[in-house]
Amino acid sequence: MRFVDEFRDADKAHALAAKIAALCSPGREYKFMEVCGGHTHTIYKHGLEDYLPEAITLVHGPGCPVCVIPMGRIDDAMHLASRPDVIMTSFGDMMRVPGSNGSFFDAKAAGTDIRMVYSPLDSLKIARQNPDRHVVFMAIGFETTAPSTAMTMLRAHAEGLSNFSVFCNHVTIIPAIKAILDSPDLRLDGFIGPGHVSTVIGCRPYEFIARDYGKPVVVAGFEPLDILQSIYMLMLQLSQGRSEVENQYSRVVPWNGNLVALKAIAETMELRPYFEWRGLGFISHSALRVREKYAEMDAERLFSVPGVRVADPKACQCGEVLKGVLKPWECKVFGTACTPETPIGTCMVSPEGACAAYYNYGRMNRDRVPEAARAGRP
Amino acid sequence: MTADQVGHQADPGWIADALREHDHAQRPESPEGRTRLPVTDREQQVLDRIDRARRRRPRVREERVTMSHGAGGKATQTLIEAVFLETFRNPLLEPLEDAAELRILGGRLALTTDSYVVSPLFFPGGDIGDLAVNGTVNDLSVSGATPLYLTAGFILEEGFPVAQLTQVAESMRKAADAAGVCIVTGDTKVVQRGKADGCYINTAGVGVIARDVTVGVARAQPGDAIIVSGPIGDHGITIMLARGELDIEADVCSDTAPLNGLIAGLLGAVPGVRAMRDATRGGVATILNEIARAADVGVLVSEDDIPVRPEVRGACELLGIDPMYVACEGRIVAVVPGDSADAAVRALRDHPLGADAAVIGHVVADQPGIVRLRTAFGGTRIVDLLVGDPLPRIC
Amino acid sequence: MCLGIPGEVIEIHADQPDLAKVNVSGVKRLINIGLLSDDPPKPGEWVLIHVGFALSKIDEAEAAAAMAFLEGIGQAYEDEIAALRESLIE
Repeated sequence: MRFVDEFRDADKAHALAAKIAALCSPGREYKFMEVCGGHTHTIYKHGLEDYLPEAITLVHGPGCPVCVIPMGRIDDAMHLASRPDVIMTSFGDMMRVPGSNGSFFDAKAAGTDIRMVYSPLDSLKIARQNPDRHVVFMAIGFETTAPSTAMTMLRAHAEGLSNFSVFCNHVTIIPAIKAILDSPDLRLDGFIGPGHVSTVIGCRPYEFIARDYGKPVVVAGFEPLDILQSIYMLMLQLSQGRSEVENQYSRVVPWNGNLVALKAIAETMELRPYFEWRGLGFISHSALRVREKYAEMDAERLFSVPGVRVADPKACQCGEVLKGVLKPWECKVFGTACTPETPIGTCMVSPEGACAAYYNYGRMNRDRVPEAARAGRP
Repeated sequence: MTADQVGHQADPGWIADALREHDHAQRPESPEGRTRLPVTDREQQVLDRIDRARRRRPRVREERVTMSHGAGGKATQTLIEAVFLETFRNPLLEPLEDAAELRILGGRLALTTDSYVVSPLFFPGGDIGDLAVNGTVNDLSVSGATPLYLTAGFILEEGFPVAQLTQVAESMRKAADAAGVCIVTGDTKVVQRGKADGCYINTAGVGVIARDVTVGVARAQPGDAIIVSGPIGDHGITIMLARGELDIEADVCSDTAPLNGLIAGLLGAVPGVRAMRDATRGGVATILNEIARAADVGVLVSEDDIPVRPEVRGACELLGIDPMYVACEGRIVAVVPGDSADAAVRALRDHPLGADAAVIGHVVADQPGIVRLRTAFGGTRIVDLLVGDPLPRIC
Repeated sequence: MCLGIPGEVIEIHADQPDLAKVNVSGVKRLINIGLLSDDPPKPGEWVLIHVGFALSKIDEAEAAAAMAFLEGIGQAYEDEIAALRESLIE
């Protein structure tokens, strides 16, 4: 597969591992955060940690848009779905996220009309085919996915489709990163920047991290070599005393982002004054809602939702895992009460959640490749 | 902690147990007071705890059946063990292999049953009738039996076109002839419109096991080679695309085929075959986990060595699915002694249905119960049992 | 969810220019290229596909540059290993 296989070449990985190891100062430890569920997934799926010396730790941040949705919002979505006149459409990852009374999957088993879609556009198809029912699309995702929701809304508007609306749970990445940076619990040396979010917002929004907090940022692609190269670039910056924003994923990410996409978002959505993030609490201007102009496509305006704030189950430590303070296996219920089959929290349910990735792929004794094992030795 | 705080899981007791275990493990016994264990040791403690949790008696926590229970993964396994095995418990059922082995009249018979609920009924490469005959023949063949006779029970939806039913029957006849088996008895029921999606088929099959053949996944041993008879995932992807919901076109077709001839060739060349399994729902990954669990061994396979057609790989990448969990309908996974691997692959490749047979990995002694994959990239990761249901109603 | 996959544009839909057929390793799908209306892709160009939309064009020059860097590292590594091996012979 072109643009994929070349970036999965093991020989080049060994070379990068050696270069990364060579940049490790003896006795020093390095902590990099990756703020993108796709990166967490790749790291575990390809066994990337085998290529990194023990001195380097990768911390998983709140980059999984499914993982950060608080239980109360799930309950609101379930409330909408359970209306007999509503067909709820959702991406696959949302289907098994537990609310106070089960997940979409459970509700589906009990007879609620919830349908999995690959693209938000598929919801329009369902709406056209079912004129006597109302289709609500559960819109989730960072800025990567918001443009697709926006374009879908614009298309529905152009077609005059009257039985379609969006339950908008899009969140934005920069406020989350800032919350992490301001958190006293965490000492990070640099960031592996989100890849696909950056195709929309570009690389400029990360400049404050390098400039004001002195941490290097490398925007990274999703293939294993992309991530290894990005870690190499971070280590190089640190060894040279630089803190800049660099774009490793330049084949896909334009420095200035995608203006058409940003315009589509701006046309159809606006920032909420504040939004609750699982584990991070309330963050201002961190999420999107449908604009007044498109009120007829805003599920929250068309239907009433309970809007109750639900506390996470006491046993759940998703918040700390999302902030990178706890590693998945350090959570008290990881792997015993909380498993992919019986998830208590979102970190375990979403395929991009740190706990799911670790449980499904990473859980084993680790053998480092020789280049990585040699790190820090003269 | 109350049930409400825990959410929909009605039984909070097991969470309290897990927390107690965790707190107990956290306190390292040391005369000087609290010692910081090295990171890897702490992680290992957690992994051990997880391993113990996984080996506990299965219990179905859901109140209602969900599509996961039909996916062939973890939920299916739990349902079968907790409900059917518990209730029917007898030594003939316990092995939970593809067919039951019965000792009758001084010989051994294999008996199997299957139901087919595939949607759509007709797809590139075959139809529900082909699946029904081939699937049953294969379940018998992987048990070491020569398949002989099949039953065919039909549940038909009111309004189902007779012409389509005839087509299905004709497919079954052709498939039976190709496999050398005979459909000797059956049943027909009709249910109201809306209750059977056209047509469901249930089969039973019986065959004779040769005197010197003994196979079963529990017989796998460290050093054994694991072989797959051809490219994986063709059937599952074909079905998903044939549903037409994803607007994807690709040149794939189902691999449904009777494998008794292929298997006879394998057993002839390698009489010491330890186990064979039909890779259907849940895919190759499910079988590897069944081997690891039944024989309490580790399994290590190599991503580079697993044959996957480019179109299947492309569709899987597009949809975010792992081909290892995608169903096949004409592939076997065989476990053979390490030194017989070459002979086994040769025997399979001699047969048209095994042209792309390959060794994909080995049974190992370390990390029993766990299936690991060496990625194309050179790292290692776990291949766990499927959770959830990426591709419903595949077979 | 972050899932973005590269695909080659085969043809633009005749009646709806914001739709294009893409090829991903032999699998073909119609996707919406509306987000690239500033500089629409032409058949033969590659795009990044996410939930049925093209988010970005894949810049072949940048991809080549990335590969060149990796090749360079790979070659330097090979050279080093060869040098190491040679020095052991002495």
